Parts: sequence; C-alpha cells; structure tokens
Amino acid sequence: MMLARRARDWLPALGVFVAGIGLWQGFVKGLHVQRFLLPAPSAIWTAFSSNQNQLWHEGWFTFQEALGGFAIGCTAGILFAIIVARWDLLGSALMPYAIAANAIPIIAFAPITNAWFDPLTKTSKMVIAAVLCFFPVFVNVVRGLRSVKPEQIELMRSYAVGELTVFRLVRVPTALPFLFTALRVASVLAMIGSIVAEYYGGSLDALGANIEQDASLFQFEKAWAEIIIASLLGIGFYLAVVALERLATRWQPREEIVGA
Amino acid sequence: MSAVSIKNVSKEFKGGTKALEDIDLEIEQREFVSLIGPSGCGKSTLLRIVGDLIEPTSGGVTVNGKPARQARHDHDYGIVFQDPVLYDWRTVARNIALPLELAGWDRNRRSQRVDEMLDLVELRGFGEHHPWQLSGGMQQRVSIARALSFDPALLLMDEPFGALDEMTRERLNAELLRIWQASESTIVFVTHSIAEAVFLSTRVVVMSSRPGRVSKLIPIDLSQPRSAATREDPRFFELATEVREALHMGGGYDMPLAATGLSEGAT
Amino acid sequence: MASVAVERPLAEDAPVKRARRRGLLLLAVLVLLWGFWEGFRALGIHYGWQRPFTVDATSMPHIHDMIWALFQRPNPEAPLLIVTLLKAAAFTGREAALGFAMGATGGFAIGALLAHSRMLQRGLLPYVVASQTIPILAIAPMVVIWLASVQVTPWVSVAVIAAYLTFFPVVIATIRGLQAADHRAVELMRSYAANRWTVLWKLRFPMALPFLFSALRISATASIVGAIIGEQPSSIAGGLGGAILNFAQYYSFQPQNLWATNIIAAALGIAFFLVVVAAEKLVVRRAPEHVA
Ligand SMILES: Nc1ncnc2c1ncn2[C@@H]1O[C@H](COP(=O)(O)OP(=O)(O)O)[C@@H](O)[C@H]1O
Ligand SMILES: [Mg+2]
Repeated sequence: MMLARRARDWLPALGVFVAGIGLWQGFVKGLHVQRFLLPAPSAIWTAFSSNQNQLWHEGWFTFQEALGGFAIGCTAGILFAIIVARWDLLGSALMPYAIAANAIPIIAFAPITNAWFDPLTKTSKMVIAAVLCFFPVFVNVVRGLRSVKPEQIELMRSYAVGELTVFRLVRVPTALPFLFTALRVASVLAMIGSIVAEYYGGSLDALGANIEQDASLFQFEKAWAEIIIASLLGIGFYLAVVALERLATRWQPREEIVGA
Repeated sequence: MSAVSIKNVSKEFKGGTKALEDIDLEIEQREFVSLIGPSGCGKSTLLRIVGDLIEPTSGGVTVNGKPARQARHDHDYGIVFQDPVLYDWRTVARNIALPLELAGWDRNRRSQRVDEMLDLVELRGFGEHHPWQLSGGMQQRVSIARALSFDPALLLMDEPFGALDEMTRERLNAELLRIWQASESTIVFVTHSIAEAVFLSTRVVVMSSRPGRVSKLIPIDLSQPRSAATREDPRFFELATEVREALHMGGGYDMPLAATGLSEGAT
Repeated sequence: MASVAVERPLAEDAPVKRARRRGLLLLAVLVLLWGFWEGFRALGIHYGWQRPFTVDATSMPHIHDMIWALFQRPNPEAPLLIVTLLKAAAFTGREAALGFAMGATGGFAIGALLAHSRMLQRGLLPYVVASQTIPILAIAPMVVIWLASVQVTPWVSVAVIAAYLTFFPVVIATIRGLQAADHRAVELMRSYAANRWTVLWKLRFPMALPFLFSALRISATASIVGAIIGEQPSSIAGGLGGAILNFAQYYSFQPQNLWATNIIAAALGIAFFLVVVAAEKLVVRRAPEHVA
C-alpha cells in the first residue's frame, strides 16, 4: 500500500528526470552545442566523479554556512515573533515595517558583511543567510500565533489555565504549520544566500567562489558539477525540513503540493 | 444552595450592543433548564457569563454558591459550544482527555475514562483518529464527551445539537437525558428547537430580544423518565404550544411581511 | 439631511487621523533605527568592541554621512552620486520590471497547467522546487551568453534571470489558489451548465487572486534581487548591481558610498513591493463584483 503510493507519487518525477537527461545529452551531442554554452550530462558526470572529494568538501563548507545562518535567522525570527505576538499593539504597529523591510534586496549587503567580518570566514556568509531567513520566519510565526481560533482560547479559559499553558497547548500547535511553511522557504534561501554571498568574495573552500573561478577558467564541466552539488544540497536541506514538518505536524491531512 | 443564581445581569458590548438587560434567574440543583429565544437575543452571551468567559456589565452570577470566577477555577462546569471546538493536533482520545490532563489525572485513569466516554458517545474505535477525519456530528459528540469526562456538577451547552441531523439529534437527546439522570449534574441548555426544549427540560426559559430579557418561565411537568412515548403525549403538545406562544409574544419570530422581502415581489 | 451634515466630517476625519498616526509611527521607527545605529556605533568605538565585528568609522559610517554622500561627487569628473544612483536604479528597475512581468506570466501559465492535472504536478513540481535550489548567479553568465547568441541585448538577459527568481512563488500560489475554490461553489457553477473555462474565469481565478497577490509581493522583491545579482556576471555596469560591485572595491576609503547605494537599492525594493500592494488594493477590492 505504502510502497504503491510512494511509487505513484514519485514515478512521474523519475520519468521526467530520465527523459530530461536523455534529451539534454541528445541535444548537446546531436547539435554539437559548444561546451561553454552547455556541457553534456556525461561530461558533467565525468567532472563530478573525478573531483568528488573536493566537490563534497566545498559543498560541506557552504552547507555549514547555510545551516548556521538558518539556525541563527530562524531562532531570532521565532523569538521576535513571540514577543511581538504577545504584545498585540506593538505587533500590529510594527508588522507593516517588518513586511516592507522584507522587500529590501538583502543580498546587496553581502559586500558590507564581507567588510564587517573577515570574508574568508563562514560568519560573513552566515549573517547574510540569517537575515534572509529572519523575515519569512518572523512574519509567518506572528501570523500563526495570531490565527488561533477565539473559541479554542475560550475553552482553555473555561479550564482556568494560565497564559503559558495556553501558549504551549494552543498557540504553538496552531503556529507550527505556519512556521514550517517559512522554514521551507528559509532552507532554500539560506543555501542560495550563502552561495551568492560567496560570489562577492570568500574562501576558496566554498562552492560559490569555486563556481565563479571555474567558470572564468573555462572549466565549465566542473562548474556545472558544483552547481549540481549546490542544488542537491539545497534539495536535501529542503526535504529534511519537509520530513521534520511531517513529523511535527503529523495530525494534518497530507498535502499534495510539495512547494512552499 | 442553587446551582446557578443570576442576579440583575446586564451586558453591553463595546460597540454599544445591548445584549442582555436585567436578567434574573435561579436554577436549582439537578434541574435541566433550556434557554430558548430568537437568534441574537443573548443566549450564548448569558451562557458565557455563567461560565465567567466574559464579564457582565452589571449584576452578578454565583455557581454552587460561589462567585462564577471561583467556580471556573474549581472546574465546576463543563461547556459545549455550538461548534465542536476541537484541537486539530490532538487525537479524539487526547481531546477528550485534555481537561483530565489539566486536572492532573494520571495516565491510566485518563485512558480508562476516555474509553468509557468513547463508549458513551458511541465513538469506540475512533480514539486514534484526528478531528478532520470525523463528520460534523461525530466531532460534536467528541466535544460532549470532553465536557462530560470530568463529571462537572454543571453542564453548559450552547446549541450542541444544532448542526446534527434529526435522527442523531433524537438519539443524543435520549442519551443526554440518560447521562443527566445517572449523574448528579445540572444542565443549562441553549436551543432554538421548541420540541427539543420541551422534551429535555424540567423548565424552559423563554427569552426575547433587543435587549435580551427573560420573557417567560415555563415549568415542564412531563413525567420522568422521558421516552419516545413522551413526544406523543398530549401534554407535550400543550407545552410546546405554550412555549411557541411565549416566543411569539416576545416578538422576533413573527416578522412583519415587509421585513421578509416577500412583499416586494407582490407589488 | 441634518444627520448627513453631522456625519460627513467624521467620515473624512478618520482616514486623515489614521494617516497622521501612521506617519508619526514611521517617523518613530526611523528615529529608533537611527538612534540604535548611532548608539551602537558610539558605544562600540568607545569600548573598542571587536565582536561581533570591529566597530569603527569604516564598518559603521554615520547615517548623516551616507545621506550626505548622495549629494557629493564620488570623483571630480563624476556627477552627483544621487544622479548616478537614480539612473542605475532606473536601469535595474527596468530589468526587474520586465523580469517580473515575464516571471509572473510564465509562473501563472505553469501553475494553471499544473493545477489541472495531478499527473503533471507529480512529474514536474519537484523540478519547479528544485529549480529554486540552483544558485542562479552561477548560471547567469551562461544565460547571458545563450541569449546573446540569439541577439538578445544584455539587459533583457538580466530580466530573464530576474524572471527565473520570480516565477516560483507564482507557480505555487496559482496551484493553491486555483484549487482553493469551494467544491460546492464549483458544483453550483456546474449546475448552471458552466463549462471548464467559465468555471476557471468566473470562479477559480477570482478565488485565486489573494493567493496570487501574496506571491506577487514576494516576486516583486525577488525580481529586484535577481536583477541586481544578474548584473554582476553579465558585466553590466549601468545598474545598481554594477554600482555595488564598484563601490565595494573602494569600501575601505569611502564606505558611505556603498551604504548610500544600498539605501537606494532598498528603496527600489520597497517601491516595487508597494506598487504590488497598491495594485492588490485596487484589484482585490473590486473582485467581489467579478465573482457575482
Ligand atoms: N463579542 C461580541 N462583541 C459585540 N457584540 C456581540 C459579541 N457577542 C455577541 N454580540 C451581540 O450580542 C447579541 C447577542 O448575541 P448572542 O448571545 O450570540 O445571541 P444568541 O446566542 O442568542 O443568538 C447579538 O446582537 C450579537 O451581535
Ligand atoms: Mg448563540
């Protein structure tokens, strides 16, 4: 049963994958597309397997930045959200500004964090990733904590329990789906944010700096292999959050959409 | 000592809505009292005031001789809302166990009581389901089981069967009477069904609207225990008629034709 | 009549009051931020803080210096900084606007397609999600080269990169939104013998609008981000991305110039966002009429 459902869910995606790789290979080989435009999957695979150790090393370096930024940004977002949601007036007053601040292209500040922190350290990238993660988490958790149904609070009042118990038993569970929606977005943002920040200068242990260097040295196959590592790590991170969400919100009817 | 004593209670909401004016009502221990009246006459508001979920603008309420607040803190009453108000993230069993958890019952006692309650509302086997997997009627039964689980001395029920089909409703009516008789509890029951009010109650409180007032108290002298035969008793019809007439006297139900919008098509 | 005369001023008064209160609040927030910045700076310099970063005149220029820098010439031949930056913002804004338009249209089309079929959703949606994990900056140079080979001007290539960041939220919101219509409402439409298209336009689309707009808000920001980071590998110097790279090189001498550039970039992002919010106010308020 379970297995059949899994298969039904993933077979189409697998089919698209195989067909996509096949088409790509055929397209590149058949039309003699130049390698700086688009290398063939087979060539990328060769580059991938001959540089495996280095690639995973770079990936792990960048992933640590992403993970650190994610942890800092999400924790800060949750804490601020709790404070803001608790003092309702403060929250209603500040929310519009938080939302507008979210419209700032934060990545533009990467050169500044590079100047603040040593660009070779992970910290300079973590900060960008953290700021990127902060806003969606903050906004969503505030929304979640506030979308509690009044009658659910009323029932708790009838049991004469304290505010902390209401928070634990009602507000937190209500906010969890909102939180996870934001965490999914944040996981992708953290990964992309770290890599893009590395572009503005950083350690050569990192993916972003290497992609840039390889592309400028005409090592396109290796650059693509790095792009694919980055993407795999991003997908892995995202799926880990989804798995955690499934665990933490097991009560929910299972959703069809995998997206944010 | 009366179970509920409501003295001079008035309630005006912030927007200026006068929901209740000068309500006086004494409910004795072991009574089954139904509140009936047009929608918006303040039935739910009165129930919430008794439960100390909102405060009256003036006047006071005592429950079992204590101020309403004290009674709430002593877990003297269980409440059932019009909507089931279940916690989506808890299973049916854990929803029912919630008040027991908060009252500090240990796990064994809890699960034993939950099983009894599931049997009572005929939901055996659904304990591990989540609310979204249940129909509206089943959800409402869960919320009734939850209110009953800790044997409160007073049950406040706000149109609990309003959303159910007629069959389920009659069965649950009979069930509720059985529970009421087996326990020592007092029930305050809000409904908009005349038949339900007469069938269940020892007394019907008819309310009128704008502002909400008690317009008539009608003792129901049908013999106990009530059964299917009760509904065919001529006395049942007499009392139902009396309630109906009291409701119409209070306005609200006999709308003038113009207000229904029917007259427009005619002219 | 008399009551109308009494009520009028009241009705007009409320929005004015609210606007004034909002203005004051904005001012308060800005003053608070300014105070926080300058306070942190003063304390940091006084106590020689090294953590989390070294606080000095380079890492934290005065806010008034950043503003002041806007009205200076970065070098004697150059125009005022603000003139350069506004030109750059217009340039980047144009890329972002085109990218936003392409991304939103494309995203809606893909979303509408996927909303129609579970099979397509299962086959393609994972890749739509995965596409967002590809660091766009990494493939940007190739995108520019690809498009240049079919005679596309560089700024349009940057718009394509911006579109790539824009389309994703729209796809997800379109799928969610189009499936959000109450099935009873759909059945009601069917009972009027409405066909698929009518149901789509009269019911599903209006229902999807709120979802769409919340996605468009995210996309508005994403399009600016895409344009700024897309400019870098494309060697386009005329936009904000180019300006950021340029001033980043001189950060240790003239930090205020980079900060000033980022202030303009932030303003551009917020402006885009506000345009979408305004459009939403206009459209969604009218939506009920369309539904009826
Ligand atoms: N929280 C509230 N704020 C303002 N007005 C309310 C509130 N709750 C109820 N009312 C108003 O009070 C009146 C009585 O409401 P309610 O007690 O719910 O009536 P009933 O349960 O008899 O239908 C109605 O006019 C209703 O609009
Ligand atoms: Mg009511």
